[in-house]
Amino acid sequence: MNTSTAAPKTTTSATRPIRRPGDRIFAGAAAGAGVLILVILAGVAVFLLVQAYPALVAAPEELPTPSAGGEGFVAYVWPLLFGTLLSATLALLVATPLAVCVALFISHYAPRKLSQGLGYLVDLLAAVPSIIFGLWGLAVLAPLTVPPTRWLEDNLGFIPLFAGPASAIGRTMLVAALVLAVMILPIVTAVAREVFLQTPLLHQEAALALGATRWEMVQLAVLPFGRSGIISGAMLGLGRALGETMAITIVLSVSGGVTFNLISDGNPATIAANIALEFPESTGLDVNTLIATGLVLFAVTLIVNLLARYVINRRRDFSGAN
Amino acid sequence: MASSIQATDLDIYYGSFLAVHDVTMTIKPQTVTALIGPSGCGKSTFLRAMNRMHEVIPGARVEGKLELDGTDLYGPGIDPVTVRRQIGMVFQRPNPFPTMSIYENVAAGLRLNSTRIAKGDMDVLVERSLRAANLWEEVKDRLGKPGAGMSGGQQQRLCIARAIAVRPDVLLMDEPCSALDPISTLAIEDLINELKNEYTIVIVTHNMQQAARVSDVTGFFNIEGTGKPGKLVEMDETKRMFSQPREKATEDYVSGRFG
Repeated sequence: MNTSTAAPKTTTSATRPIRRPGDRIFAGAAAGAGVLILVILAGVAVFLLVQAYPALVAAPEELPTPSAGGEGFVAYVWPLLFGTLLSATLALLVATPLAVCVALFISHYAPRKLSQGLGYLVDLLAAVPSIIFGLWGLAVLAPLTVPPTRWLEDNLGFIPLFAGPASAIGRTMLVAALVLAVMILPIVTAVAREVFLQTPLLHQEAALALGATRWEMVQLAVLPFGRSGIISGAMLGLGRALGETMAITIVLSVSGGVTFNLISDGNPATIAANIALEFPESTGLDVNTLIATGLVLFAVTLIVNLLARYVINRRRDFSGAN
Repeated sequence: MASSIQATDLDIYYGSFLAVHDVTMTIKPQTVTALIGPSGCGKSTFLRAMNRMHEVIPGARVEGKLELDGTDLYGPGIDPVTVRRQIGMVFQRPNPFPTMSIYENVAAGLRLNSTRIAKGDMDVLVERSLRAANLWEEVKDRLGKPGAGMSGGQQQRLCIARAIAVRPDVLLMDEPCSALDPISTLAIEDLINELKNEYTIVIVTHNMQQAARVSDVTGFFNIEGTGKPGKLVEMDETKRMFSQPREKATEDYVSGRFG
């Protein structure tokens, strides 16, 4: 009572901005949604840590998973991590340049009608379930790669990547990476295209008025503007490639070793595919071990995203956002 | 260096829409020509047609003749890229490339079309362009900083430096001061006065005092109504246009009775 009557005179109430109920409700809802994300993320992290802990502290010989071989968790997870990173990185290397080209074609080269249709098509590709890509990789792509990989082994075998022996069925790291590349192509393309389309006309005209050809205009105005978009898209794609399970499980022939050899049958598995394969038949500490590998994957994905943020922010002054 | 422009019976279309009708105009070398007129009268469209920038909009085309020193700019085999190298342009809003430094912005045009220029020569060209744009003293210590961090007036002079770095014959300016404060505007106007010793300048402006201050010749565009094409009503020496124009419409416009 006393505060409300004195309100107009006290400085604290006088400086407090008036807030309408609608504002307050929306601000609360937005803040709640933001907090929810943090809670979910923390929940996942806590779950992984708690469930992984027994495996992390267990003595090496206690880890009964056959492939752990009593050598401890690090020895168990390292080939899986290697396989994950190798397949995802290869996929990214193949997909990103291709995606940038497709996005540029859609945004700046294709006639308007064609570009719209093509845009829908790329979005449609993103909606294809990963198991379909896996089946396609196994049934179509794998046999197709057999003759070329033989050729690679014969002619470029001195490069460790193509040391061979070439797989007779094509279930190689190369095919797995290509399938992943096709899978992440749409998301990278879609993100890049959206950013390219937002390039300010002002800057495109600035380049053209200097006497730039279309490709030079793209280099001067579109690509620098779209740089952070390309990186974000690539990171989204990388995230998907790192976590991809079904396609890899179906396509890749696994025998555990750490190798850069892309065309043989003996490939390291990936963390996600390994969990999918082993989890149904695991009990006790095996389950904890698998969850611990999941924790590693979680950490890697987090680091990748942080790195991407860093790269984007490093040249913020020049980003044109100001 | 500076060139003349001759437009003869020039019609400019966007698709089937006739935006500018039947413009015949001679622009002499080393003069400043101001194009004035109400919004939508086609003066900017005409300006952009002069270096084929209006072609950025799909469906834009011209009929009639537009010649630079006797060469038809729309002739067969003429590459718009070449046209734009010869006829530079400064836009309404300053548009330095945001991802580039001040130095790189000026150098951008020089590096186009696979031109290779040694670092030392490039330094000289960049300095000369920045000096010509009256910007050198202000930026010489921060050439590596982003161009977008400067004031609007400085950015616009940077854009002028970038445009003249490639040594065009003609410089087109599309309301170059409309986004600037009066002091920056004055700086640009002084600059225009200096630049006309080397370049032929065509400037579109909404500001009639500006046209009176900077130009030798003024052209007045007008439009009869919405959906009708813009036309060149009258073109004469600036002094005469503002003191005793021949057309009633011109007099009404320059005396502020409409527009």
